[in-house]
Amino acid sequence: MKKIGIPRGLFYYYYYPLYKTFFTDLGARAILSSPTTRITVDRGIDAAVDETCFPIKVYFGHVKELCKYELDYLFVPRLVSIENRSYICPKFMGVPDMIRASFTSLPPLIDITVDLSRSDRDFKDQVLKTGRLFTKKSSRIQDAYEHGKQELEYCKHIASQGYTMAEAINIWEGQDIRQQRDGSLRIGVLGHGYSLYDEAISMNIIGRLREMGCTVVLPESLSLEQVEQEAASMPKRIFWTLGRKMVGSALKMEKMPDIDGIIYVACFGCGPDSFIGEIIERKVNDKAYMLIVIDEHTGEGGLVTRLEAFCDMLKRRRRQQVEDHISAYG
Amino acid sequence: MKITFPHMGNAHIAIDAMLEKLKLEVIPPPPISKKTFELGVKYCPEFACMPLKINLGNFIEALEMGADTILMAGGWGPCRFGYYAQVERDILNDLGFEYKMIILEAPDSRVSELFNQLKALGENVSVWEAFKAVKYAWYKIKIVENLERRFAYIHPRAEDKNRAEDIYDKGLQEIQSADDKHEVERVGLKCLERLNKLALTGEEPLKIGLVGEIYTVLEPMANCSIARCLGRLNVEVDNSIYISDWLNDHLLGGLAKKSHRKNLVRCASPYLNYFVGGHGLETVGSTVDYARKKFDGVIQVGPLTCMPEIVAQSVLGMVSKEEGIPCMTLYFDEHAGTAGIQTRLEAFTDMLRRKKILTGFSC
Repeated sequence: MKKIGIPRGLFYYYYYPLYKTFFTDLGARAILSSPTTRITVDRGIDAAVDETCFPIKVYFGHVKELCKYELDYLFVPRLVSIENRSYICPKFMGVPDMIRASFTSLPPLIDITVDLSRSDRDFKDQVLKTGRLFTKKSSRIQDAYEHGKQELEYCKHIASQGYTMAEAINIWEGQDIRQQRDGSLRIGVLGHGYSLYDEAISMNIIGRLREMGCTVVLPESLSLEQVEQEAASMPKRIFWTLGRKMVGSALKMEKMPDIDGIIYVACFGCGPDSFIGEIIERKVNDKAYMLIVIDEHTGEGGLVTRLEAFCDMLKRRRRQQVEDHISAYG
Repeated sequence: MKITFPHMGNAHIAIDAMLEKLKLEVIPPPPISKKTFELGVKYCPEFACMPLKINLGNFIEALEMGADTILMAGGWGPCRFGYYAQVERDILNDLGFEYKMIILEAPDSRVSELFNQLKALGENVSVWEAFKAVKYAWYKIKIVENLERRFAYIHPRAEDKNRAEDIYDKGLQEIQSADDKHEVERVGLKCLERLNKLALTGEEPLKIGLVGEIYTVLEPMANCSIARCLGRLNVEVDNSIYISDWLNDHLLGGLAKKSHRKNLVRCASPYLNYFVGGHGLETVGSTVDYARKKFDGVIQVGPLTCMPEIVAQSVLGMVSKEEGIPCMTLYFDEHAGTAGIQTRLEAFTDMLRRKKILTGFSC
């Protein structure tokens, strides 16, 4: 049985069920790196260039971990675009090349290019090419891919019930995770999935908010159509897939009366976020909004203080809302 | 309509000329200064890349001087530049300026779209006049670039570097104020002649290729005048990219001259095998190209957090090892510590000189 390493980083949080089902159906074994720890982070910082963003460094850490196992292949797709006329981020487009340049002994890479910006014809070829490494039958590859897509939809369905993508993946794999009780505050938390749902990167911001008695509303629980519709109100279409989703989600959340405030988690040095955070701040005027920028620093105290202050402010606002309105930046 | 536009190196000479031929009243922003930076830093998102901040500073200064229309370029990513105009418009609106912003989107395929956009911009001009305006601007930029290249050759070799710089600066001014083709040609040639007459030291200088993000490469204010610093250290600097290349590849669809981009893409393989936005691929391709042309070293420049350049930087280490060319990366933001840059340049060139002598012995 062929072994394929899958790093637990970047689009793992959006696509893992698809990856795993596809490879398993083709008779291979998917080996996932372990959840991010300080060691993963340190390994990543060692391997990557200083200026890269934190999630990429963490991804490098996962690759480094997988290098220790005897793998037949390492799966590091080049995600250029996952929908029409949009990109993810230039760094994603260069990830396989960056990995080749940064590590000396790598297993053979499966670095298929996913570019759906113009058409999906190339992409189908790429899927077939990947599948041929394991089987000669095109129909079997097709079936595996379709099955993978179904599983992914199922996992997204789980996530839409209020779980993070990381939790949804765990539930999909058979773990039992209890639904949170409804908290007193409802806070919309936005950010790129690979930083938000990785507890080491986001310093467990979602867990902390839940501990403080908040219900966290995530973009995955909003309907995609409404998000796109809101995002379409921008004068120029935002050409970053995740950025557009975040702006749309923020605008949608602003209109949801049961949401008290919005927190945006961005990574230091993230190109799209440097603009998206600003755009949201300018557009969202009716709700309290906080931008949290994270990197590999470990000062959790600062984060906790800011979250507490934010929650306290929201609670006070709620109490006083009966009497009068306080400005969103109060 | 009083129109203005952002600065980028010597591009203003050509843009100015083109807009005037479109019969518009032009108010170019004042040269980039510390004040420009301050305005940009004050109002832009903190982590935005530096060109955005300088652009915004330019616009604010020009609007304060009475401009009422801004000309800006657009794009469709994945580099942040494509969304510059939108963010800038939001900021300027919030600051309470009243103006109109015209965004030139690069045409997907047909050049005629560009001429139509320009025609719509001009007041009572025909497509033919729009075409002539572009042609004239193109001519001016070619003359400017000839001068830039000659200066890059003479400056490190000249005995009196101050004099060389004076001649060059004055030459640029004369080209800018010349207002017809013959006059441009005449002052261009005159300046070249003056440069050629300078006494040379006779020593063969080091040769360094300057690669990276186009704005940082071309705009001396954005890179602490790195080219001039190197020239003064007796280093000949070769720019990997000129404004005409960019215009040719992106706006004119490769019509104006033969593009060498294909060659660069070929050079970049196997190190970087995919377009990564901005000039990431060109940076890697040019570095390989310089290595094969036996340059002494390569310096990569870019604005801090520039995504394409980070990808390029990540693979440059391997390029440097495999192709045997020393590379250094410098990122710039609004900090003004030129002494630090100067020291790093001196150290880098010292190292290259030593390497050259040592390899010379071993041969």
